Amino acid sequence: MTHAAEGGLLVRHLSHSFGSRRALDDISFEVAPGRFCALLGPNGAGKSTLFALLTRLITSPQGEIGVAGVDLARHPRAALARMGVVFQQPTLDLDLTVSQNLRYFAALQGLSGREAQARIDAALDRLGMAERAGELARNLNGGHRRRTEIARALIHRPRVLLLDEPTVGLDAASRANITRHVHDLASDMGLTVLWATHLTDEVWPADRLVVLHKGRVLADSTAGAVSGDRPLTEAFLAMTGAEA
Amino acid sequence: MTASTDDLRTTAGPDVPLAPRTAWWTSLRAIVAREALRFLGQRERFFAALVRPLVWLLVFAAGFRAALGLSIIPPYQTYITYETYIVPGLCGMILLFNGMQSSLSLVYDRETGSMRLLLTSPQPRWWLLTCKLIAGTCVSILQAYAFLAIAALFGLVMPWAGYILVLPALFVGGLMLGALGLALSSFVKQLENFAGVMNFVIFPMFFLSSALYPLWKMEESSQILRDICAVNPFTHAVELIRFALYAQFNGWALLWTVVAALGFGALALWGYDPARGMTRTGG
Repeated sequence: MTHAAEGGLLVRHLSHSFGSRRALDDISFEVAPGRFCALLGPNGAGKSTLFALLTRLITSPQGEIGVAGVDLARHPRAALARMGVVFQQPTLDLDLTVSQNLRYFAALQGLSGREAQARIDAALDRLGMAERAGELARNLNGGHRRRTEIARALIHRPRVLLLDEPTVGLDAASRANITRHVHDLASDMGLTVLWATHLTDEVWPADRLVVLHKGRVLADSTAGAVSGDRPLTEAFLAMTGAEA
Repeated sequence: MTASTDDLRTTAGPDVPLAPRTAWWTSLRAIVAREALRFLGQRERFFAALVRPLVWLLVFAAGFRAALGLSIIPPYQTYITYETYIVPGLCGMILLFNGMQSSLSLVYDRETGSMRLLLTSPQPRWWLLTCKLIAGTCVSILQAYAFLAIAALFGLVMPWAGYILVLPALFVGGLMLGALGLALSSFVKQLENFAGVMNFVIFPMFFLSSALYPLWKMEESSQILRDICAVNPFTHAVELIRFALYAQFNGWALLWTVVAALGFGALALWGYDPARGMTRTGG
């Protein structure tokens, strides 16, 4: 049965290869409901492969993925329905307005009419984007586009939110802003968050931290415990540099 | 602090019901509406798609008329001009180019990520791809009707019933060519390869068909070429449209087109199977 797994994320013995190249090698970690977990790894660590597997863009015969208590391989549609995703690549339709983009996504989730509109309004409000609903996505700056994508990922009320390097290409202020917004989502709404990044300043000391390097888990604890009395950047470099 | 492994076991099935069946209809409407909005936002694309068949009709056909004598073959009951003959073929050309253009947009979509958005929505993948196909076909049909209207202004008028009956023919033909584009898009990994698609798919399909010349005319020059034309599914889509435009039914052409549509559709579904890995991932 699902027990307390309501809302959590589970990855167990997950491996994946592209041809002869092993991109992920026996990955296991868990994120408890309502926790913010940073997935920290340098470029090429296997973060994107892990995200493609978590979102079922690709499947692997080895390993298990559980989303809010639902097995992704056995019940893909139910698992995807409980998952919100913010991809690394921009996925907004630039020729449509913010509102049209969100309505399109709501419909893909089977939501329409007043119910969809109410949820869209609430999600935009939550991310401080309410007054931009009528603007063309093309006219938004990078930070606002990202916020729109995060708002969009909340419309179907997922229990787990996955973000694949969501701050790539943003300025420092936007980065800090979005990092804070998403931490708030975990603490205020009880959302389980998996935040992939290679930037240590986006990780807060109390966050869960999984360090991924060359397709393997190097550390799995809280950020504070991993860094010890050093800054996290130093600890991270020492960990991954030694292996490089 | 983390939850214990036991707490996160995932042996259970879904405990909340999935979205109701109306969700399928909602997603279809949204995907078609998005395609229509994008289409309306790109007027140049619309005019470019119209100019191509009109150039063929008004320039190529005019020059070619004298060179080609046409006998009376079904569905025609009288001698026709060459312009009249190629109208259905040019409708097919619109469907063909559009089907391939949507495949181009899919390759682009996949690189930019909006295909990811579509494929991670909790609907069956075959349904999402079908929605995408239907959306593309609707846009093609709008263009084909715009072309038929302009052709009518130049005096190439079909029986009025033909304008209604051609709708299902355009739909089936559009789905078949869209499915081919979809299948290609799952195998063409980069946008640059689209020139290859142009050379190895669009041109042979168009020229080795009954779009520009009837099969008996082709037979006069080469039996092999004629046989290739006869198995080309595009020929059958064009013939389906040609007969429908004259309010006649061509069952054989329909059968061929449907079989080809199912074949290409199955290939596309296989191409987009997550176990095959449609994304190239780094990092």
